[in-house]
Amino acid sequence: MSPRADLPRWADIGLIPLANVLLAFIAAGLIVLAIGQNPFDAVAIMLDGALGSPEGLGYTLYYATNFVFTGLAVAIAFHAGLFNIGGEGQAYIGGLGVGLLLLRFDHSLTWGPLLPLATLAALLFGAAWASIPAWLQAYRGSHVVITTIMFNFLASSLMVYLMVNVLNQHGATNPETREIAASATLPFIHQILAGLGIPMVHTPLNLSILLAALASVFVWVYVWHTPWGYELRTVGQSERAALYAGVRPRRVIVATLCMSGALAGLVGVNEIMGVQHRLLLNFNAGYGFTGIAVALMGRSHPLGVALASVLFGILTQGGAELAFEIPAIDRDMVTVIQGLVILFSGALAHLSRPWLEALFALASRRTAALRSAE
Amino acid sequence: MSFDLLLLTLAAAVRLSTPLILCAMAGLLSERSGIIDIGLEGKMLAAAFAAAATAAVTASAWLALACGIATATAMALVHGYACITQRGNQVVSGVAINLLASGLTIVLGSYWFQQGGQTPLLSAGRFRPIELPGRSLLDPMPVLGPVYRYLVSGHNLIVYLALVSVPLTHWLVHRTRFGLRLRAVGDNPQAVDTAGISVAWLRYRAVLLCGLLTGVAGTYVSIAQNAGFSRDMTAGQGFIALAAMIFGKWRPYPALGACLLFGLLDAVAIRLQGVRVTGIGQVPVQLVQALPYALTVLLLAGFIGKAVAPKASGIPYVKEH
Repeated sequence: MSPRADLPRWADIGLIPLANVLLAFIAAGLIVLAIGQNPFDAVAIMLDGALGSPEGLGYTLYYATNFVFTGLAVAIAFHAGLFNIGGEGQAYIGGLGVGLLLLRFDHSLTWGPLLPLATLAALLFGAAWASIPAWLQAYRGSHVVITTIMFNFLASSLMVYLMVNVLNQHGATNPETREIAASATLPFIHQILAGLGIPMVHTPLNLSILLAALASVFVWVYVWHTPWGYELRTVGQSERAALYAGVRPRRVIVATLCMSGALAGLVGVNEIMGVQHRLLLNFNAGYGFTGIAVALMGRSHPLGVALASVLFGILTQGGAELAFEIPAIDRDMVTVIQGLVILFSGALAHLSRPWLEALFALASRRTAALRSAE
Repeated sequence: MSFDLLLLTLAAAVRLSTPLILCAMAGLLSERSGIIDIGLEGKMLAAAFAAAATAAVTASAWLALACGIATATAMALVHGYACITQRGNQVVSGVAINLLASGLTIVLGSYWFQQGGQTPLLSAGRFRPIELPGRSLLDPMPVLGPVYRYLVSGHNLIVYLALVSVPLTHWLVHRTRFGLRLRAVGDNPQAVDTAGISVAWLRYRAVLLCGLLTGVAGTYVSIAQNAGFSRDMTAGQGFIALAAMIFGKWRPYPALGACLLFGLLDAVAIRLQGVRVTGIGQVPVQLVQALPYALTVLLLAGFIGKAVAPKASGIPYVKEH
């Protein structure tokens, strides 16, 4: 074993995640190379497609909005030592809540009063869908990973049933509900900017991005600046210690997972009230799983989650552009990168640590040698 | 329901259960050694792609099977390296494997075959139904004839392999020295380590066996059950297998029972599509399809017996100095 030094705090927080993401991108670059393309060209096209135009930027931030919600959902559960893989289903059911509310009230209320109600509906439906796995984990000892996986499939079956048999008003092959009245949908950012006299191309980016910012601040305050957040983190460190400290871990587990589901449910506000303007199938499109990558990459901190969300927004939008420019690279390359980021930042998180520690040990011996020479 | 229809539904159930059985045995071996595997789906999908791609190029079912197994085993090794050597989070690693498989199959597929991620439709290089001997002899008999014709005979090789894998797994886990150690390492790795047996090597072997079986399952899906690969074609069967393994309480024969039950539910759901049943009306097919997941949740909640996972599963083993 080579001599090691403990890493300074800044390296632990900043350098290791960076090294892990770098490894993931090197692996992705090798795959691009393997299919006969230049990875650097690919990166240039992706960056230009995602950030080079107002349109690209709008799409990037629209995707990032969803990733913030699901990323925060995974992150808050991580702090309590829980792994919520159910973001996918919770987002689906959250959207159902928003859709049902809007279909009922879109002709009687405008988006202003509807926004808080829709947010509440998304939170409640998402939390409700997480509450059963939460209760089972806390009181019956059923592993939350397995139950949330099962609940993703249950959500999917439920939505297909509802859309095909109950809510489908067209009788079409592609089941969807009627369109929601325009007065009840969230304003797009390009509409708001046009109102201010700034012209902008049409993108799906809408007011929900402010909701994402609010949710991030909420998680930061809740986890680090409230007694409940303190309890949550204590349970995450050691359930037994929490018990001795007078915390009731079971209640914390249920509350945290419900909050996690509620955050994932907010995807429904962005998707249904903001963009799709109707209920349809599969609008959750893998956002729940991306949330895992986002939370791991952002080290479960709201600021990190926000940064990682923008990065994955860039990847998603840039990936679409890339597939358009270089047809040999499918847009599913983004899924591959997500997988690689989860692998290197999550499961292989300690891969780069020994190297960095050895590097730091070398550096500190150098300085010590220099000092003694003086 | 006529007798023939019943037999046809049961035969379909056996064919639908086949990938579930193979994956459930794979998951069982991995989890009994203490390595949680939610990446069964991804390994099966990657193997399905590798097998279909090989069959499309070489027209050899056996080469396809070999490639399917090699691919799934390679992914199992990644999982093993992350979970055993690097002591990473096993659930996180499984999620990564699933996403990697879902993305890579499409990226490589559209690069190689330019059909949007699909592989060419196979005419050769598939595992075909086998006629077992003695069919003509039994055929004229009243009940035995149809049972033999529809249910026993006429499946492809991998269906029989899957059925054989169950007693084999049972024998391996419960009757051999390797199995004893495997069960021990999943419950109490310290004890195994104290006895001078390598925890890591045991777990690696379990993970490799898991790769082997998921490889066979994936090959079945793309070149026996279907004639080519299409996007995400395993469609959550890896997770149903995981559910079946839990439903069988991490034991081979009960897991087989759960796989057959879930396969039967699927076969019935397909039969009931759009059918009106007197007294009930149109049966919501989604409800039948959701049953495996709902039943597993109920079981995990302790309402139908109690499912207890191997004690050390999910916990990386750190050797004490």
